Amino acid sequence: MKIVLEKLTKTFPGRGRKNPEDVTAVDDFSCEIPDGELIALLGPSGCGKSTTLNLLCGLESPTSGRILFGEEDITDLPPELRSVGMVFQNYALYPHLTVKQNILFPLENRKGKDRLSKEEMESRVMETARLVQIEELMDRRPKELSGGQQQRVAIARALVKMPRVLLLDEPLSNLDARLRLKTREEIRKIQKKTGITTVFVTHDQDEAMSISDRIAVMRLGVLMQMGRPQEVYDDPLNLFVAKFLGTPPINVFEGRVRDGKLYIGEEAVLPAEGLADQEVFAGIRPEGFILQEDGPLTCELNRVEIMGRDISVIASHPACAGQTLRAIIGAESKVDTASPAVRFALKPGKVLLFDRETEERIRF
Amino acid sequence: MNTNKKKAWLYLLPAALFLVCFLVYPLLDVFVYSVEEGYNFASQTYFGTGFYNFSYVLHDPYFLQAVKNTFILVVITVPLSTGLALLISVGLSSIRPLRDLFQTIYFLPYVTNTLAVGLVFMILFQKTEYTDGLVNLMLGWFGAGPVDFIDGPYWAKMFVLCFYTIWIVMPFKILVLTSALASVNQDYYKAARVDGTPKLRIFTKITLPMISPMIFYLVITGFIGAFKAYSDAVALFGTDLNAAGMNTIVGYVYDMLYGDSGGYPSYASAAAVLLFAIVLTITCINLLVSRKKVEY
Repeated sequence: MKIVLEKLTKTFPGRGRKNPEDVTAVDDFSCEIPDGELIALLGPSGCGKSTTLNLLCGLESPTSGRILFGEEDITDLPPELRSVGMVFQNYALYPHLTVKQNILFPLENRKGKDRLSKEEMESRVMETARLVQIEELMDRRPKELSGGQQQRVAIARALVKMPRVLLLDEPLSNLDARLRLKTREEIRKIQKKTGITTVFVTHDQDEAMSISDRIAVMRLGVLMQMGRPQEVYDDPLNLFVAKFLGTPPINVFEGRVRDGKLYIGEEAVLPAEGLADQEVFAGIRPEGFILQEDGPLTCELNRVEIMGRDISVIASHPACAGQTLRAIIGAESKVDTASPAVRFALKPGKVLLFDRETEERIRF
Repeated sequence: MNTNKKKAWLYLLPAALFLVCFLVYPLLDVFVYSVEEGYNFASQTYFGTGFYNFSYVLHDPYFLQAVKNTFILVVITVPLSTGLALLISVGLSSIRPLRDLFQTIYFLPYVTNTLAVGLVFMILFQKTEYTDGLVNLMLGWFGAGPVDFIDGPYWAKMFVLCFYTIWIVMPFKILVLTSALASVNQDYYKAARVDGTPKLRIFTKITLPMISPMIFYLVITGFIGAFKAYSDAVALFGTDLNAAGMNTIVGYVYDMLYGDSGGYPSYASAAAVLLFAIVLTITCINLLVSRKKVEY
């Protein structure tokens, strides 16, 4: 089911004397989610991604704008008529019901002609349980399950009614690191198998990049950029997106363009032909550094971290916005740790320029 | 025993001493008195030991009346007050405007002086030379004759007693239940809404099971409290409860000790032991049922 959001805005009224101002959680959000894709809503906490999800499932109604599922306008439809499955951050499994009863619950809510026969319900539940591989856990109660198992039960409960859209609110945040890796693959697998259009909210860019077809990066209620993970990573529209994606994060320098060259400090590090002279932010991905004895960028060497597969060089530079910069280079490179300085050449594609004022991307 | 353990016992000692002196010893003594026949306070003597005291109490029509009254009171007030409190709490938690006002109103009986309450009930129900009481006045509007609620027929009096008891115990139950309702994670309701759960089903399948531990707590304490009822009856019908036919088991025990016909500690003890047995049985049944029902 294709989802279209049109100029979606949600404003929460100010409360009392202490917070008299209205809060705009989602601001003029427009995007199109193609059928059958897995979309990550990504952003720091408080950026409105959960509100967007709530608008999609109908728990909140938008102040203005429209939501379409396919061709159908569902903006004013209550949640139960939207046919969405929702997985909550804490799973919200009913603790007094067994796994089976939990999964059965949405089906038992139906009345009249929509109500399935007992056998149909049973087979639907078993089918869904098989899909998420919890057949052996059907008679347990939620508290007797591990976090990952609870997660799968919650997904099964959301999927059992065969919704048009599956929504996941921070689905992995309650799991430990190892389980998170495993579960995110499982979510991806289930999504692929069912082909259901899925939107999930996360603040973890790793999570978003690794499993989603597209990511939508949000900031302060505004959609900054939406696209395939690699596109957004390689070609961010502004400094915020560039900084938000990538671990370790991008290194930001205060630089300037003069005579068609990019200067960081007093060193001309890269040709920047066709650009007017201006002050810029230069973002350099950690993998954009090349260790080179006569490289144009000279940094003070702080320390070297050996990761096995590659080496992190932690250095500092007066023009660097952060405390230190981090360069990742191949494990075969030799870093002279005794030397006080380290010199780098830069890979052109890994250097991104941004306007100093607007922080918008400058292409060159 | 290491020093820490000794210290721990030392800290427990003061409270334990008081408990033993004023709670454990008297409790045990009650059992002793109950089997000592014809015990006399003044001379501290008794004729012999046996179960005559129990036999006497169980054949005393006043005691049987008291047992009957107490059971009626328990059976009527505990379910009614808990059910009403549940209704009111659910109502309270689903309205937003005026919630604080209503909460205050419902909580007023809890902080109101017993004498003031008694006065109010007198105005409501008491028949005097000048007026038949407010309730009778209102009954008159519907053409129903005046009923003497205080000195009249048994069920009229029982009605007033139950009404009074329910009114008195309700605030605490409402308080407990509203906080129980408020502590249910809102995500359960959101999940239920997304799944299109009908309102009634949300209440019976989610809300009730979620707050069932609190409901059972209220039922158990409600049973115990109602079995111990005495002061309410006194507030309404005066101290001569046997004459009014409104005595309770605790009232009977008191009368046997200190009442006009009192001075029989053995009978009083026997009645107290019987009450203990009844409350113990009921509480055990309650716990068994709740263990079956409250499963998480």
